[in-house]
Amino acid sequence: MPDPMRIRAQVAGEKATVRVLMNHEMETGLRKDAAGKAMPAWYIQEVSAQLNGKIVLTAEWGPSVSKNPFLQFNIKGAKVGDKVSVTWKDNKGETRTDEIAVS
Amino acid sequence: MLNRRDLLGHSAKLAALLASAGVLPQTAVTAHAAYNTAAFEMKTMTELVKALGGSAPVESKDVTITGPDISENGAVVLLGVSTALPGVKKLMLLVEKNPSVMSAMFDINDAVEANFSTRVKMSQSSLVYAVAMLNDGKVLFAQKEVKVTLGGCGG
Repeated sequence: MPDPMRIRAQVAGEKATVRVLMNHEMETGLRKDAAGKAMPAWYIQEVSAQLNGKIVLTAEWGPSVSKNPFLQFNIKGAKVGDKVSVTWKDNKGETRTDEIAVS
Repeated sequence: MLNRRDLLGHSAKLAALLASAGVLPQTAVTAHAAYNTAAFEMKTMTELVKALGGSAPVESKDVTITGPDISENGAVVLLGVSTALPGVKKLMLLVEKNPSVMSAMFDINDAVEANFSTRVKMSQSSLVYAVAMLNDGKVLFAQKEVKVTLGGCGG
């Protein structure tokens, strides 16, 4: 099971600002290890976010997103207590979903 | 060799397996179209935009890119993309001199603001682009130069 994400969602006026820190190597496939062998690519390809179970964001990422990726976005009309969940899926098919309440 | 029927059969089995194991919430599975591998292999913005079916990109003040002027560590460069334009379909973050130009692509809908920040790796000093693709296929972009002291691609 991949490591959990850290998510914060805070209301600011009419919207909620969501900040996500994911735990992922984000290996590009271009680096070589100490023995000079190419390290296989391993990175998050798809990210989605839901507000109370409804999809509000979908994104596609390439291998050039940094290790342990950070993502910030704003959901319109989110209120205190609403549930925000974030899901990622990497190129090995691994996936992780975490949920948090808006504060 | 895999033919189409086999492939479909395998995907269906895999999907059923995942669903039965409760690994993936249904909504997350259906939300995405297939990952656009080709788009993430494009080398230039022009090629990329063409591959996505947009018209020739035009520089615009209505799209904003934020980022540092100088980044000491190319492995973590915080970039932001935003626009106040209506009718935006996708926002993209591009780094001109990376092995593949596109870092991230966000789908815009009514529920989310067209304003994202994320951290990317940069192999060397380069222009970075924020690209907005509108519903009518028009493509607008903003650019900024980011100087990198230490490249982020390792070696």
